[in-house]
Order: sequence, then C-alpha cells, then structure tokens
Amino acid sequence: MRIILHVWRQKNSKDPGRLVRYEVPNVNEHMSFLEMLDVLNESLIEKGEDPIAFDHDCREGICGMCGMMVNGKAHGGFKGTTLCQVHMRHYKDGDELYLEPWRARAFPVIKDLVVDRSALDRIIAAGGYISVPTGSAPDGNAIPVRKQDAELAMDAAACIGCGACVAACPNASASLFTGAKISHLGRLPQGQPERDQRALAMVQQMQLEGFGNCTNIGECEAACPKEIRLDVIARMNRDYIKAALTEREVVEKGGAG
Amino acid sequence: MELKSNVPTGPIETAWDRRKFELQLVSPANKRKYSLIVVGSGLAGASAAASLGELGYNVLCFCYQDSPRRAHSIAAQGGINAAKNYQNDGDSIYRLFYDTVKGGDFRAREANVYRLAQVSVNIIDQCVAQGVPFAREYGGTLANRSFGGAQVSRTFYARGQTGQQLLLGAYQALQRQIAQGKVKMFTRTEMLDLIVINGKARGIVTRNMVTGKMESFLADAVILATGGYGNVFYLSTNAKGCNATAIWRAYKRGALFGNPCFTQIHPTCIPVTGEYQSKLTLMSESLRNDGRIWVPRKKGDKRPPNEIPESERNYYLEERYPAFGNLVPRDIASRAAKAVCDAGYGVGETGLGVYLDFREAIQRLGRSGVAERYGNLFEMYERITGENPYETPMRIYPAVHYTMGGLWVDYHLMSNIPGLFVLGEANFSDHGANRLGASALMQGLADGYFIIPYTIGDYLVRAKPEKVDAGAPEVKEAEQNVTNVIKRLLNANGKRTVDSFHRELGHIMWEYCGMARNEAGLKKALSMIPQLREQYWKEVKVLGSDTELNQSLEKAGRVADFFELAELMCLDALHRNESCGGHFREEYQTPEGEALRDDEHFSYVAAWEYKGAQQAPELHKEPLTFQYVKPAQRSYK
Repeated sequence: MRIILHVWRQKNSKDPGRLVRYEVPNVNEHMSFLEMLDVLNESLIEKGEDPIAFDHDCREGICGMCGMMVNGKAHGGFKGTTLCQVHMRHYKDGDELYLEPWRARAFPVIKDLVVDRSALDRIIAAGGYISVPTGSAPDGNAIPVRKQDAELAMDAAACIGCGACVAACPNASASLFTGAKISHLGRLPQGQPERDQRALAMVQQMQLEGFGNCTNIGECEAACPKEIRLDVIARMNRDYIKAALTEREVVEKGGAG
Repeated sequence: MELKSNVPTGPIETAWDRRKFELQLVSPANKRKYSLIVVGSGLAGASAAASLGELGYNVLCFCYQDSPRRAHSIAAQGGINAAKNYQNDGDSIYRLFYDTVKGGDFRAREANVYRLAQVSVNIIDQCVAQGVPFAREYGGTLANRSFGGAQVSRTFYARGQTGQQLLLGAYQALQRQIAQGKVKMFTRTEMLDLIVINGKARGIVTRNMVTGKMESFLADAVILATGGYGNVFYLSTNAKGCNATAIWRAYKRGALFGNPCFTQIHPTCIPVTGEYQSKLTLMSESLRNDGRIWVPRKKGDKRPPNEIPESERNYYLEERYPAFGNLVPRDIASRAAKAVCDAGYGVGETGLGVYLDFREAIQRLGRSGVAERYGNLFEMYERITGENPYETPMRIYPAVHYTMGGLWVDYHLMSNIPGLFVLGEANFSDHGANRLGASALMQGLADGYFIIPYTIGDYLVRAKPEKVDAGAPEVKEAEQNVTNVIKRLLNANGKRTVDSFHRELGHIMWEYCGMARNEAGLKKALSMIPQLREQYWKEVKVLGSDTELNQSLEKAGRVADFFELAELMCLDALHRNESCGGHFREEYQTPEGEALRDDEHFSYVAAWEYKGAQQAPELHKEPLTFQYVKPAQRSYK
C-alpha cells in the first residue's frame, strides 16, 4: 500500500518548524509503524535529504522512548499500544497521516519529532522512590503484601514514562504520570513512611516544571499505552490534600555528642 | 601477559566473606574526595551509580537515551533467580551455583558464580524494600516460578515485566542520589573513547548527542556497564540503540575481550517477516512452563495447526529430553528448533518457525488461568502478528538475545587496565558459554549493588590515583581520535546508508557465526567481513554535521565498531575447536547431536588483546579449574 505522510520538520529548538509531505510507496502490512519510517528515512538519505529524527529504542513497547501524535492521537490511538507496536495492517492504501511531536510547554522540541522529557525524571527525583540505601533491607518475606495491593501497585507501576498522557491532555498535565508513581509506592507497606512527603514534593515539582493542572477530562487514560487508570490521579489528590493539611516541617535537633 | 583472576584461595563457601574483610576501606570522610564515572544506566549501571552515591562518592553517570529509565534491562520479561528456597523445594545457594556452572557448560569461573548465588538473596530483599511489586501469594508472601535449566522454582517475577520493575527500582534509587547531588546524570551522551593515563583508566571522551559537543570527563576510576553486543547481528532482541562502542573502544585501549564468540540465541522469539524488519521480539522463556513446543511429523505439512491431530505432532523436546522437557536450557532448545526447521519440518510462510502451543494449558488452567500468568505476553504476540494465541498456537523461532562474552574482568570486576571496571552483560561474566534464564537480571544487580561498592574502595586505596588535568596529552590524543573517526564518516560521502551495511554484516554473522558454526563458514566470514568493512569506509553515506542531533552519525560510529568486533567473534569461534553452550561447532558433536566439549584443550577463558589495526589480536588464556562442580557432559535427559 501507499501511505502519505505530513511530518513535522524542525531543525532545532529555535527553528519555527513546518509540516512536510512525503509519500511512502510499497508499505507492507506486516511492517511496524517505525519500520515504515525507517524505510522512508533510508530513501531520504539515498536522495541526499536529511532523515526524520524520531526517538525510539526497544521497539517492544516497554522503554517508553518512542511516541508522537498520529492524526492528533498519541501513539496513533490504538488501545494499550505504543507506536513501535502499531503495525501497518491497521492502515489502508492511500491513507494520509499527520505526524507531530508531543506538544507541551514542559516538553520542548529538540528536533523534528524528538522532544525533551527530562521534566519527568525531575518529578521522580523529587520523591518518586522509597529511601532504602543498598544493604539495609529486611528479608523479602518479612514484609507481607496483600496480593490485591501488589496487583494494584503493579498496575500503576506499569507506567513507561513516555509522556503520551501529557501530550493528550488539553492542559498538558502530568497528573497521570505523577499519580501513577504515587499510587504504586503508596499502595505498598514499604512506601508508607514517606507517603505524605512524596505526594507533596512530587506534585510541587510537577507544577514547577510547567505542566498544567488536571481538570478531569480523561484523555490521558484513553491515550496511555499501559492503560493506567484515572483513579491514580484521585489517589494523588487525596494524598496531596491530606499531606498538605497534616505535614509539618520537622527541624532536626542534632544528636548528643 | 599473565591474567590474574584474583580469586581467593580456600573454601568457596567463605571466599567472598574473607575477601570482603581483606579489602581496604575508604573512610566516610574520604569518599567524597573521589569521583567515579559510570557509563550506562541499566540494572548494573544504575544500581552501581546509586549505591556508590549512597556511600558518598561523587558519581558521574552517562546514558545515550533521554532518561536512565530507558536502558534495555527494562525489556527483560520473565524474572530474576535467587536461592531463597521459599518454596521448600530443595533449593540452596549451592544448587543455584551448581545449576549456573552446569548451565554455562563449564566455562565460567567457579568462585564468581558462587558469589553470585550468595548475593542473589540480598538482591530480592533490596528490591522488595524499594517497592518492586513482585508477584505474591494470597498470604502476602513472594511467589515463584520455574525457568529453563532448573528443577526448582526460584524465579521471582513481576508479571511479564520483571526487568522493567527492577530497573525502575534502581532508577528511582539513582534519581534520589541525583536529587541529593551525589550523582550527576548526563543523558543523550555517548562515550566514544577511554582515557588511560599512566596505565590507569582515568576518564572518557563523550559526545553530547543533542549539540554534538565533544567533552572529556576525568575521574579516579571508570565503570562500564554498557550491556551486550547482540546487535552485531543487526537483528536481535536488543534495543535499536544497544551497541558495543564503549567496550570496543576500551578494548582498543588495551582492555582484553573475553570469549567474544559466546552468544546466546533465545529459542522463543517471534519469527522474521521481511527484509524491512528492524528488530526481533522475544516471548518470555516462562511461556515454556505451560506451552508445548511441536512441529508436524510430516514434512511441509501446510494444514492449520488445530487440524493436525495429536498423533501427527512431534513434541520433539519432550521426546528427546524427558526430564526437563520444554524447559531445557536455551542453547539446547534453540538448536533443536533449528534442526527440525533445517530438516524441513518448520512452520509458517518461511518455514522458519515452530509451534508453541497452549491448548493443553488452557484445558488445564482455563483461559483465565493462562491469562493471569501470560496475559500481557499473549497481547503482545497478537499485536505484532495479528494472531490470537488463545486460539491458534504461537509461532516462534530462535533469535540473538544475549552475549556471554565481554571485557575480561577479575574477581573484583576490574579489567586488566587498572581502574577500569566492567559490570553486567558488558563483562565476560559469570555465565560461561550459556546463560540460564532469569540470571542476567541477577548478575547485573549483584555487580552493581553488592560487588562494586566493596571492590572499588580497595582499588582507590591501593592505587592512589594521582591528580590529572584536562590538558594532559592523553586526553588530547583521545579527543583527536574521536574527531578523526567522526570526520572520516562524514566525509566518506558514498552512496549507501549505514543500515544497509549493518544489515549485510548481520546476514554474514547469522549465517556463519550464529547458532551453528563450522571451520569453512567462519573462514569465509573472516574473508567477507574485512571486504565489507573496507567498502563501508568508502561508500557509506552520512548526511548532516557533527554539531547537531544526527542519528545517522551515531549509528555510523557504532556500526564501524561492529565490523571490527564481528571479525574478533569469528576468530574466537574459529579457534575454539569444541562445542560448548551457545558455541556450537558442527565438527564437534556427539552421535546424538549434542555439544561435545574438549575440556583437555579448551577449559579456559579466551582473552584477546588488541595489537593494532593491521595486526592479528593476541590470545591470552585464563585456565579454568573446577573443584566443586565436576565437568561432565551436560545431560537434561
């Protein structure tokens, strides 16, 4: 089949950017979406044109590196699927597709379809962890975890940090991403000691990074390739409100000599 | 050159404890005076960087992706082994040690493997405490499953995403250290050379992949945790960006390369569909717990699988290996699949595939029982192939997955270049000639969490690295070297793309240095590779400049290194006149077609030394002795 692409081309963060039309003839239905772009890039290089830059790595839907808007839908809009796992059998001859980078103030474009998502790392650095230095852990079975809690924690922990939730949200909010980590760790007994502090710090960092607020639209849940559920945002809000009301700064007094 | 393995003498059970006491310590107040470079942020790199930061060292950590969380450890599906014996089924540290040495076909160092089995139990504790959501029983205790090459259930897992969850645990610990200022993270930054001053590893030359800026970083020691080199085959289960450049350039600076030909071909991957294929997707080995592997008894049987009656199916693994059945180790399962396909029994359009059938498991456990164990893997299969594995058997075929070879290291994980440490898949490792399932995650985390934090302090105290400055001639020379390679690639101005060359190299490697090798084929590859490499430097076309994000340029440098590495792999495979583990030489097999080792002549680690571009590398041998697990022909019957 023949596919027509309109691809966002932007040389660097200062270039205004524009859509450029390309035709990809002979697309095989078994190709993945990114393999179709590989084939296009090969032909561009042979013609002496700059290939399209796009992020990708594992190509099996788990590293979270790939992703772009396809006809306005994050990862192309297939349920529970990252772009690298979309295959061309879902398209038909003559289809026209518009490829754009994730759009969000907190995700500046680096080149073409590549954006800077380091804001998400900084949200995790603010508190998305359990402080347990190497070597200080008790025996694994010393902390029983209800099977149900382990399963729900795993549902939230499945987030791959791709940023589709931010791109899909009209407010460019990172609430689904942040809520997923808060829910994952907050569901587990190990995560309790830092639960309040974590919620405060991560939500604060999210705002500092320039992400918008959540207004319960739900586009994030629909776009999430790992099907993270909206209720992680409810948990985040609950933890945040509770912590905001009850957390008090503790001044450490130092030890006796 | 004498290879000093540094293995403690005396009883193996107490070797690591005794060594830990002998190691010199750096006092807490002095740790902050040292800086360490960690290249790579996968399980080994992230766990090392985080743990060393916690100890108080100043750590600089580098990765080529946009975030440390993307490293390819994230894609490991099945699980992680640990000798916890929570199942009361006869497991022990000694048994995990035994299984791993035997699984590696007696080509690993006993003392390293024993230590790995020992610290495996600490890894599980650490990961649980970090909040890794391992599978649980109803009573709240940890669940286990079994994996290939073992008769006990010692594998811990988090659905089919164990690697992801373990990596996120290490990544979160790393982010905590970044927030505390103990680790400085450099993303989208690629290491392009190693800086060696006065015989010690003192830094790296990097390229910022966004701006193209070249920069050197100096430190008191350098730790490489950059993963394996399976992408030399072009098609593999590795991520597209996985490459050998860091270890290869360290090799060219004098680090020895151990057992380069030991590659693991994973038996259960989704078959290739066409020339445009960019990577192969693994289906977790855990599927072999409940899936049954078969091919039709009649050659070229084109009937749909569900119409082939039971009596006309050949469950070849169950027939040939009744004790382990479908759970034989990976090298054996892969070769068996190749053998039945080569004999004309393969299924699918290309004939390069065998069935992995869950019909019986669905009858036994119900569809929901199967979905609970493997649901996400089934979905992944369906997304890629468009076929529903609940209704029609999966089609699978072996694919390159892991490399047991890598830079040679001693018991302290230090290479022969003082101050250069190598962790995880990047080192020649504890897996011998074949790695058992669920052992890669174990080794990566063992190296990073529990070994390097001890051994690196000892090095710093004993070596007393002197002050070096950025103006040193060694730094300038390394930078010049990097600039020259980049210039040469950009100026080649040929007609062919980097990928087209890489694909061609991959075909040669798969054909002649893949699942089965022979002398004639390896010699042929050794004549083809240099020709193709020469053509590459003349005819490759890399557009753009080196002062911008240039993905073709990144790939071009990596492929240039793959060409050289491919040659060394073939050379190593050719010299090893025996079959062992993943290295199967057709000339050396038993009458039943099993691998035939030659312990008398080849019970050693082959460590290759770079001698210059125009010269053959020199082979050094580290003899392997087995005091505890006596070498025997591996039997899984």
